[in-house]
Amino acid sequence: MDYSLFPRDLFAELDRLQRQVQQAFEFSPSIRGFTRGGFPALNVASTPQSAEIYAFAPGLDPASIHVQLERGVLSISGDRQVQHGDASVHVRERFAGRFHRVVALSDDLDADQVRANYRDGVLHVSIQRQQAAQPRRIQVN
Amino acid sequence: MADATRDIATAPEQAALVPPVDVLEDRTGITLYADLPGVSKERLNVHIEGDVLVIEAEMGLEMPKDMEATHIEVNLPRYRRVFTLSKDLDPGRMQAELKQGVLKLHIDKVERARPKRIEISSG
Repeated sequence: MDYSLFPRDLFAELDRLQRQVQQAFEFSPSIRGFTRGGFPALNVASTPQSAEIYAFAPGLDPASIHVQLERGVLSISGDRQVQHGDASVHVRERFAGRFHRVVALSDDLDADQVRANYRDGVLHVSIQRQQAAQPRRIQVN
Repeated sequence: MADATRDIATAPEQAALVPPVDVLEDRTGITLYADLPGVSKERLNVHIEGDVLVIEAEMGLEMPKDMEATHIEVNLPRYRRVFTLSKDLDPGRMQAELKQGVLKLHIDKVERARPKRIEISSG
């Protein structure tokens, strides 16, 4: 944790504290580390036709983001360069460096039907479910 | 910032995310970078109230209608962060730029506040 004399928001400190407490009390974290507080932050949702993943990864070049789907596991990785030259730093909270996050998704996804779009610093990956897995109404005679 | 952004009213009592920032200083002034993923120019509001800098923004994510969340780390659609400026900064001379969810804000120092080396006499 870094402290500085620059006037700052108390809530930012509380937010960080909460994150640390959360990490300390998670009983069985994933083998790849804590699920929360990593970079980029992830929201995962599902619809009957697809899985939708939103990665909050601002300030990247879309070409440098590596997205891979293998056996129902989505991995997002890259490198976030934050260069500040020779200016003096008062506050440094933003993530810098290499990142890699992995999400286990359901098995019914079609690896050939993936769309990834990066806009306003959010990577949105949409993966269609396999045709057979989509709910279908069965006609009753 | 543009006047068109004024109608985004994120009242202080509304829960909001605290965006992480980097704050740097050089001879010319202060540069602040804030991570605001999901925010477009139209939904960003940067303004100064007295000597307080306020950054407010709302996310504008397009989401499918029948979506059911299964894992949520970003649980609020807005950001808010407030800083107190010091006297050596000129709030009238501020440049803001938003690129792929990163706000870069530069505030110039007032002319007379530029560093002047103080001579130390010996004797």
